[in-house]
Amino acid sequence: MTYTFQFSDVLAAWPLLLKGTWITVQLSLMATVLGLLVAIFCAWGKTSGPKLLRWVIQAYIELIRNTPFLVQLFFFFFALPAIGLRWSPYTAALTAMVVNLGAYATEIIRAGIESIPKGQVEAGLALSLKPHQVFRLIILKPALRAIFPALSSQFILLMLSSAVVSVISADDLTSVAANLQSQTFRSFEIYIVVTLIYLTLALLFSGLFRLIQRRALSYPDRR
Amino acid sequence: MRTFGFQDVWFIVQAAQWTIGLSLIAFIGGAAGGLIVALARTSERPTPQYLATAFIQVFQGTPLLMQLFLVFFGAPVLGFDVSAWVAAGVALVLNTSAFLGEIWRGSIQAVPRGQWEAADALGLNYLSRMRLVVLPQAWKIALPPTVGYMVQVIKGTSLAAIIGFAEITRAGQIINNATFQPLIVFSVVGAVYFALCWPLSFWAGRIEKRSAALQAR
Repeated sequence: MTYTFQFSDVLAAWPLLLKGTWITVQLSLMATVLGLLVAIFCAWGKTSGPKLLRWVIQAYIELIRNTPFLVQLFFFFFALPAIGLRWSPYTAALTAMVVNLGAYATEIIRAGIESIPKGQVEAGLALSLKPHQVFRLIILKPALRAIFPALSSQFILLMLSSAVVSVISADDLTSVAANLQSQTFRSFEIYIVVTLIYLTLALLFSGLFRLIQRRALSYPDRR
Repeated sequence: MRTFGFQDVWFIVQAAQWTIGLSLIAFIGGAAGGLIVALARTSERPTPQYLATAFIQVFQGTPLLMQLFLVFFGAPVLGFDVSAWVAAGVALVLNTSAFLGEIWRGSIQAVPRGQWEAADALGLNYLSRMRLVVLPQAWKIALPPTVGYMVQVIKGTSLAAIIGFAEITRAGQIINNATFQPLIVFSVVGAVYFALCWPLSFWAGRIEKRSAALQAR
């Protein structure tokens, strides 16, 4: 093996890498918050909306879950400007991520709501808990507890799949890597470093979510 | 510039054979790798457990695109001359091994402990215990999520377009550059993926319902 690794050029660009990392995290967090809003609406629509709405939501979910994220991104970035909707790579990337997460999270939220047996709510009312207490203690918290692990792994999957938005140069971590590559030609070193950054982010967030789960979402007597 | 016509649709549909080919390679290789990973994760010895856990953490904790780039740009550096075919194949096999390994670990562990102990009590060694008692039962639990994961594999092959592998997505990009009709081009591309993935999703959903009904009995 005659190749000599040179990490100096890559590591010298740490402010750029840090900025790219921040944009990746920011995109993922924003897409998750907005995607959850979409998902809450869709979960409501699917369980108790009018028939037509249910159909539309089901079609949306099937369409998104059975096509690649890259194609969805191309659709939003290339196709919509062709019909007059012009936007920046960042907005197109964010929109594609929101639409993608919305479909996956709808099913998760619906499962969470359906996991609460009706008898529990009736039992709560029979114990003369106030309606807001029933909602907070008997519906919301157990539902959140049930779906939190699924939601957090969905967040990490979204963050990792967001590397794809670099193909429309949305300034994320992978775009920074691609730019560095054309300046330094140290492709292998760059992708090693950037892969390690993603791995760190994934481990950090999954640790953080586990901590939240244990601290905020466990039953009092198990603490 | 020309308009989008039937021959363009045909071009994209034909590119599906490369998507299917790559998916089959990823799935078959990933199934073999996944079985090893799952057995290592459920083994009683610590070393294979640690190795398999590290493997899963790395491949589940980094983007598939980065894994693809590392193989594509890393192999020449290490002295291998790889085509987009090989790079995409290797990256997808490794990635699929990690995810299937984790799915199958869960299925193996879902086999009741008493079954393991009974096999032990009957004097079966590790291989026979796994082959005759544990894996046949784990297989039934594993089937629905495994079929569901095939959809993820097919969608994952779209990333090979970024390193120039001419599958459905790349075919769409080529046609789009020639016709400048992205709305119709990417709709057709999406439709072809949907036609490949939806039957699998549907099948996965059906067998999942059936096995849930069986377990509820």
